[in-house]
Amino acid sequence: MLLLGPINVLNDLLLKTGLSAETVNYFVWPLIQIGIVVTLVALWVAYATYLERKISAFMQARLGPMRVGPWGLLQPIADGLKLLTKEDFIPENADRWIFFFAPYIAVASAFIVFSVIPFGPDWAVIADVNIGLLLVLAVSSVGVLALILAGWSSNSKYALLGGLRSSAQMVSYEVAMGLSLIGALMFARTLSLSGIVGAQGSDSIWYIVYQPAGFLLFLISGIAENNRAPFDLPEAESELVAGFHTEYSGMRWSLFFMAEYAAMVVVSAVATTVYLGGWYFPFVNRLETSGYHNLYVIVSLLVFLVKASIILYIYFWLRWTLPRFRYDQLMDIGWKWLIPSALINIVLSGLAIFVVQALNYSGKLKTIEHLDRGLNMTAAGKGIVFGIGVLSLFATAAVLARINWRSRDFNLKVQRRDIKLVNLPKGKPAVQAES
Amino acid sequence: MVLNMGPQHPSTHGVLRVVLRLDGETVIDLDCDIGYLHRGMEKIAENRMYTQIAPYWDRLDYIAAVSNGLVWVETVEQMMGLPVPPRAHYLRTILTELNRIASHLLWLATHALDIGAVTVLLWALREREEILKIFERQFGARLTCHAWRVGGMPNDAYDDFNKDVRQFVNNFPKRLDEYETVLSENRIWLSRTVGIGVISAEDAIAIGLSGPALRGSGVPWDVRKSRPYAAYADMDFDVPLGENGDTYDRYLVRLEEMRQSRRIIDQALEKLPDGPVNAKLPKVVKPPAGDYYHSIEGPKGEIGCYIVSDGTAQPWRVRVRPPSFVNLQALRQMCVGHLVADVVAIIGTLDIVLGEIDR
Repeated sequence: MLLLGPINVLNDLLLKTGLSAETVNYFVWPLIQIGIVVTLVALWVAYATYLERKISAFMQARLGPMRVGPWGLLQPIADGLKLLTKEDFIPENADRWIFFFAPYIAVASAFIVFSVIPFGPDWAVIADVNIGLLLVLAVSSVGVLALILAGWSSNSKYALLGGLRSSAQMVSYEVAMGLSLIGALMFARTLSLSGIVGAQGSDSIWYIVYQPAGFLLFLISGIAENNRAPFDLPEAESELVAGFHTEYSGMRWSLFFMAEYAAMVVVSAVATTVYLGGWYFPFVNRLETSGYHNLYVIVSLLVFLVKASIILYIYFWLRWTLPRFRYDQLMDIGWKWLIPSALINIVLSGLAIFVVQALNYSGKLKTIEHLDRGLNMTAAGKGIVFGIGVLSLFATAAVLARINWRSRDFNLKVQRRDIKLVNLPKGKPAVQAES
Repeated sequence: MVLNMGPQHPSTHGVLRVVLRLDGETVIDLDCDIGYLHRGMEKIAENRMYTQIAPYWDRLDYIAAVSNGLVWVETVEQMMGLPVPPRAHYLRTILTELNRIASHLLWLATHALDIGAVTVLLWALREREEILKIFERQFGARLTCHAWRVGGMPNDAYDDFNKDVRQFVNNFPKRLDEYETVLSENRIWLSRTVGIGVISAEDAIAIGLSGPALRGSGVPWDVRKSRPYAAYADMDFDVPLGENGDTYDRYLVRLEEMRQSRRIIDQALEKLPDGPVNAKLPKVVKPPAGDYYHSIEGPKGEIGCYIVSDGTAQPWRVRVRPPSFVNLQALRQMCVGHLVADVVAIIGTLDIVLGEIDR
C-alpha cells in the first residue's frame, strides 16, 4: 500500500485545486503519463545506443565506451550534449523548410506510437485505443515520409539515392509486416493492443507458440522497416556515405538517430505485445491477488521492458554479425519470400482455427473453452494449433523453395565451388645465394 | 545520373575518385580519376643514392612496406651481382610472408566492411596487430618499416623472434577458420560476391592483372614460383587458383594464400640457417651501367622495379610496375552492368592502395 500512497495524494491535491474529476482523469493524468513515457523512452533510446556500442564491443573483442563515468555509463549524455552544441549546418540550395522539418516528422512518428503501447496493466497504458495495432502500423509508416523528404531536400545525390531506397524498402516491407500480424489477430479477435495482451493472458499462452512463422516474419520485416542491418541500405555507409542523412549535422542528425532507435523500440514493443504475451509472466499476478496492486503493475512493467530488450538485443546481434544485402536482393526478399510466406501463414492460421472449431462444434472433442477474451482453448485445442503452427514453418519453406527454385540467390550453395590448389613447377631462381 | 564517388568517400580505399554514370542504380559507365596522392617517387629516386632510395620504396604500398622495400634492394643487389647470405634470404622470406598476411588481413577487414560485415574488420585487425608487434620489435616501426639494406639486413633477428613468429604461426589457422565461419558460408556474403565483378582469364591477361586478382580467374602465375627470389626456391607451397574469376573466388584465393603463407613461414623457420645477415658492400653503391628489371610477388600482385644505371651512385631512371595501378584498370570492365553497391565490393576485391597507384 506504500506504493499507492503518493499517487492518491497527488490525485487529491489535483482535485483540491478546483479541477473537476473529469479534467483530472482525462486531461491531467494522461499528460503526466505522456511526460513520464516520453522521458523514459528518450532515456531508453539513449541507453540503447550505449548498449549497442557495448554489445558490439564485446562481439569484437574490445571494451566500448569506458571513459565517461563508470563503465562509460554517462556516454549517451555526453554524446547528447556534444550533438546539441554542434553547428546545425544547412547545405546551400537545400530546400530549407523541408530540410528543417524532416527530422521532426521522423521523431514524432516514432514517439506517437508509444501512446498506445501497453507497458503494463492499469495505469501503465496511456490510451487503450480499440484499433491500436492499426494506429501503430499507420503512424509508423509516416516515418518513411521523413526519410524521403530528408533525402530529397538535401540536394545531394547520395541523400537522394538513400531516400529513394528507403521509400521503396519501407513501402514493400510494410505490406509483409501488416500481413504477418493477421495470424495473431485471428486468435486475439481484437485490434486493441491491451486486448491482445489480455487475450494471451486469459488463454495463458504466448502467441509465439501459435504463430512461430508469424513472429519470425514480423521480426524480419520489422528490422527491414527500421532500416537496420542487414537491411540498412538507405544509410549504407560504404556505398551511400550516410544515405538520407548525409547532409545532416548536429541535433538534427541525432534526431534521425533517435527516431531510428525509437522505431526499433516500437517494433520490439509491438512484437512483445503481440507475440510474447506483453507484460504477462507466470506467477506475477499472484502479487495482484495478494493485494499489492501497484507493485504488480511495476513488476509487470519491468517484465515488459525485459522482453522488449531481448528483442532489441536480437537487433544488435544481427547488425554486428551479418553483411548487408544489395538493393535488388532486398526487394526479392520482400516480395518473393516474405509476402508469400505471410500469406501462407494467414491461410494456415485460418485452417488451424477452422479445425479447432470444427472439432469443437461437431462435439467430437472439446477444444474451445470460451470466446470472451480472444480464442480460449483447452489443452487439446492448443496442441492442435501448436502442431499446425510448427508444420506451417515447413510448409512455408517448401512453398518458398518452389517459388524461388530458379532464382540465383536460392542456388548459391550449389554454385559454390572450392578453389584449386596447384603446385606450380619452379622456374630458374632470380637471385643467387652465397654458398 | 552522374555520381561522383570520392575522393572523400568511406570506401574508395584512400583518395580514388570514381565518376559513375548511372541508370537508376545500374552502372553504365565509369571513369577513374587518380593522382591525388602523387609524390613523384620515381623522379625523386633520380636524385638520390641507391641506398637512400630504399625508404621511399616502403611508402609505395604502405600496407606492405616490407615487400616493397625488398624489390628495391634485390634489384640493386642483382645489378651489382652481390650475393646475399642465406640467413638474410630466409629472414626476408619469413618477414615478407608475414607482411603478405598482414596485407591480406587488412584487405579482408576492409572488404568485409564494404559489404557490411563490421565485426570481421576488428577481428582481422586483431591478428594484424600480432604481426605489427613482431615488425615493431624487428624494424622499430609498425607500418612504414624500413626493413632491408642493400646486401642484407640492418641487423639480425631479435632474440625472441623465433618464439614470437612460432606463436603466431600456431594461433593463426584457428583465427582464419573463425573468419570463414562468419563469411564463407554466409548466404548474404555469397549473394554479394558470387558472380560479381567477373573477369575471364583472357581479359585478365590482356589487362595485365597480377596477384590474387589474376589467380582468381584461374591463371597459374606466381612470381614466387616462376622466378623464385629470396629463399622461395627452397620452400614447398601450393598456389591457389580460382575458377570463375568473380569476387568470391578472389576472396577464397586470398584466404588460401594466407594459409600457404603460414606454411612458408613454418618451413622457413624450421630451416632458418645461422650465419651473418649482411654481405660485404663497397663504400659507395655504384651498379655498373645498364638496365635491369626484377620483380617479386607482392601481396597485391607483381611489384616490379626497372632501373637504368649510368654507372654513377645515382640511378639515371627508375620505373615501378605497381600492381594496384595495373589491377585498377580492370575496374571499368568489372563494374559496368552492376549496381552501385557492387562497385564498392569490386574496389574492395581489387585490393588497391592509392599510395602505389599515384606514387
